Amino acid sequence: MAIHILLLSLIIICAAFAVVRTRVIRAAIMLAAISIFVTIVLFVLNMPLAAIFELSVCAGLITVIFISVISLTNPLTVEERFEERDNMFKKFLLLPVLIIICAASFYMLTKGINFIPILDVSEAAEISDKAAMWHLKQIDLIGQIIIILTGVFGVVVLFKDNKDDKK
Amino acid sequence: MSYEALMLFKLYLITAPVLFVIGIYAIIVTRNIISMIIGLEIMTKGVTILLAAAGFFNGRPHLMEPLIITMIVIEVVILMIAAGYIINIAKKHNSLDVENIKNIKG
Amino acid sequence: MTVSLIFIPILLVILLNIPRLSGKTAYYVALAFFAYQLIAIFIPTFGSVQLAEVVNKLFRLNVYADGISKIMLISAAIVAFTALMTSKSFVKHDSRLFSLSNLMLLAVAGINGIVFARDIFTVYVFIEVIAAASYIMIVLDKTESSLEGGFKYFIISSIATVMMLFSVALFFLVAGGTGFEEISAAVHNFGGNTIILLAIMLFVSGLLIKGGLIPFHAWLPGAYSSAPAGVSIFLGGIVTKTTGTFALIRFFYSVVGFNDNIKMVLLIVGSVSVVAGAVAAITQKDFKKVLAYSSISQVGYIVMAIGAGTAFGIAAAVFHIFNHAIFKSLLFLNAAAVEKQTGRLDVDSFGGLGAKMPVTSATTAIAFLSAAGFPPLSGFWSKLFIIIALWSANYKGFALVAILAGILTMAYFLNLQKKVFFGEVSPNVENVKEAPLSFTVPAVVLCAITILAGIGFYYIIKTLIFPAVGII
Repeated sequence: MAIHILLLSLIIICAAFAVVRTRVIRAAIMLAAISIFVTIVLFVLNMPLAAIFELSVCAGLITVIFISVISLTNPLTVEERFEERDNMFKKFLLLPVLIIICAASFYMLTKGINFIPILDVSEAAEISDKAAMWHLKQIDLIGQIIIILTGVFGVVVLFKDNKDDKK
Repeated sequence: MSYEALMLFKLYLITAPVLFVIGIYAIIVTRNIISMIIGLEIMTKGVTILLAAAGFFNGRPHLMEPLIITMIVIEVVILMIAAGYIINIAKKHNSLDVENIKNIKG
Repeated sequence: MTVSLIFIPILLVILLNIPRLSGKTAYYVALAFFAYQLIAIFIPTFGSVQLAEVVNKLFRLNVYADGISKIMLISAAIVAFTALMTSKSFVKHDSRLFSLSNLMLLAVAGINGIVFARDIFTVYVFIEVIAAASYIMIVLDKTESSLEGGFKYFIISSIATVMMLFSVALFFLVAGGTGFEEISAAVHNFGGNTIILLAIMLFVSGLLIKGGLIPFHAWLPGAYSSAPAGVSIFLGGIVTKTTGTFALIRFFYSVVGFNDNIKMVLLIVGSVSVVAGAVAAITQKDFKKVLAYSSISQVGYIVMAIGAGTAFGIAAAVFHIFNHAIFKSLLFLNAAAVEKQTGRLDVDSFGGLGAKMPVTSATTAIAFLSAAGFPPLSGFWSKLFIIIALWSANYKGFALVAILAGILTMAYFLNLQKKVFFGEVSPNVENVKEAPLSFTVPAVVLCAITILAGIGFYYIIKTLIFPAVGII
């Protein structure tokens, strides 16, 4: 119980910091930190495969994408940054209030939940990890193939410079 | 299901919406379009832990794993497209400030 | 039939890329596939059954097609064919044409995937596929407005998909799986559980955002009006209809079932969209924006019909999805023709185009009349069915709203038709000629479909739509 509370509160704190940062690069690093904590959560919740994916893809690849995007574009100008820093105080104050309101309302909501339907575990336990991946979710794998192909064309369309692009 | 497990699940059920709200807040408040995408990512993390919790607490984590992996793959592709958008917008406007890019908000 | 329609586009895309073929080849291959899809639905022996057998030996896919899927497939094939055909004259670059053809193939594969899905997570996956393809197609020209409209679409629809994933997690918790059967059993057993109510609410909100209904419509006009001409046809004709309304029909009709609160929510959202969309369309100055707001209004009709909660209401909704796909593609096609010939879309700067572009003018008028529900065109019958469904389900007030909103629809379309095609010839359009054959031929064909579906509505209803929802 204690480790769950610790991990979840760390995630929320990191998320809050990622939002109030004015320098985007720090926010991206905070995001990587969140991913690492989510990885630990997944390990604790007995999902090692998903945890490894989360670690390598979300904490690794996505951070790389973010950092390369940040370095390829001009950051906010100094005046804009200062202006944003002035708003920082407002941000700091409002965000905890929002978090507390949201947590409280969901706490009230979850009070009404006093049971989770108990399922027959024995039948599900027979299916091994690989079987679950390959036999039950093949259509999702095809979906993944389609979306990866789409992503390839996205890279072709979005990142390639054509000379006669309309300005 | 034991009382303790139920309490633990409620903890996850509260955390995930909190992350969702933080993400929405980031999208609404921030002026930098990269931060908007970071807000989206935070929301996605909230979903990931809720999916994981749902798989764990009804005793079928191995059925949930494929879903999370699929979700992560989709997330990367979508983020790639977002990166393309941001680079093109930055090229066109020479700025990432939402105030300079009129039609994005409102 | 089912699986082959998902597999063939993937195979085609791979074949087109392994030796990188020219854009023109890709264009004709994609057109051929869309035509094949249309034929394969009516004549299943046309190669699709044999291929499906091979695929079924290799893979175990949990897919299923029913009558409603068939209608969606027909609409998707027609709209995609028109959209791609129109794009040719706008996309100058060979490499752009190549990317667009491939993306459209992949998007249609995604639409077919949603249509066949038997699992709520699969619905999510394919909605993301379609969304990803749309994000890229919108910014094909990389103009400033398309980047902004597309980015807004990106943010809002990503929020929608996150909401849908939340509900997938909650359904998994309660049902122990994400298949339709498991979920509907869980809803049946623990219907009053807070978790289930929360999950249904989140999923429906996600779908309503995807469909562009009124409180959630902020992304739609920008994305539609800034997209390249052919892509607008695709977006307006089929994308929001599949990801929004078809998924709603599937979700309620086949999975969770209706109750009074859900019906009320759908009816209110639908009627607000119908009225507000029509009012907003009257005030717009841009041809494509008028069409975008009218799209919101028409989707509102579909959602109202779903909200009636009866099999007849679903039939009316499906019929209206089909009709809307046809006449809205026709309208966007004609907008593209006008844009191509005059280089502008600002409504006030036209006038008297009817004399210069008679075919475009006439087909637009017919599409308008169909959209406004003028007998005997196809739009009239589906609107009549929607009103009858609402009336017989004892929602008489909403039926009245639907009737009165028809007048508003008439108002904005007449306004547009008058400003653009009738009246004095404005100096801006002195030297305009009729659009080339690549525009007029699909326009005439779509127009013929509208008229024929209107005259032969009884046949379509009897053979396709009533069997799909189980009315005999």
